[in-house]
Amino acid sequence: MFELILFVVFAVVALAAAIGVVAQRNVLYSALLLVLNFICLAALYVLMNAQFVAVAQIIVYAGAVMVLFLFTVMLLPGKRIEVAGRRLPGQTPLAILLALALGAVLLLLLGGSLVALGRPAHPAITVGNVQALAEVLFTRYIWAFEATGVLLLVAVAGVVHLLRSGPRPGAPR
Amino acid sequence: MSVPVYGYVALSGLLFLIGAIGVLVRRNVLVILMCVELMLNAANLALLAFGSAHQSLDGQVTVLMVMAVAAAEVAVGLALIVTLFRHQGATDVDEVSLLKG
Repeated sequence: MFELILFVVFAVVALAAAIGVVAQRNVLYSALLLVLNFICLAALYVLMNAQFVAVAQIIVYAGAVMVLFLFTVMLLPGKRIEVAGRRLPGQTPLAILLALALGAVLLLLLGGSLVALGRPAHPAITVGNVQALAEVLFTRYIWAFEATGVLLLVAVAGVVHLLRSGPRPGAPR
Repeated sequence: MSVPVYGYVALSGLLFLIGAIGVLVRRNVLVILMCVELMLNAANLALLAFGSAHQSLDGQVTVLMVMAVAAAEVAVGLALIVTLFRHQGATDVDEVSLLKG
């Protein structure tokens, strides 16, 4: 019962924060609401007995990714508040239509997977300790793990090149 | 009493939908990137929920990979936004119309 209450609380806060990210006009507030959403999801991961993933979520998303976002928001000059109106013609009805279509597809796919799942309808308590996760990660998924390292290295090199080779801020365009 | 799987899956679907709506209606490129992050997190939640329902650790390993890819994506995306701002002086996707005929 206690777990159910925790789930409802964190799910509602996560949903509210996500809606806030989309609805908020100020980019800075959107970024801060995104942190709230990430933290609520980390709490839900703990409820699912995925402790290591929850800690990684806090460190990677609520830490590193959000610092990147906030620095970019604060360092870019110019307006941070989106002006209402001035949209593409027909953007809002088209967005509503596409969102409804996506919702239908999601309902179909996720509902289908849940029906196919059948009996074990409750998350197991047995899986989820860090030792077991490390054993799977470093044996069966070792090549994916190594490839992730290479990907991060390439991303860092690409970012450094991209930001060094552009025109200087004071230079004429 | 533990939480049933469909609770997590329903939450994940809703979060994904909210993120997709954000990508469709917002015009600030930073907010669009944030909405993509929302969608990635929703996918992570579904992966963990189904993984624990199948009593398998593969879902958690996949989530770790998704996190690494998302971090790389944010770094490259923000570098692109800064470069875009230097060249065009704009963070609004509608103002970037260099390729428009």
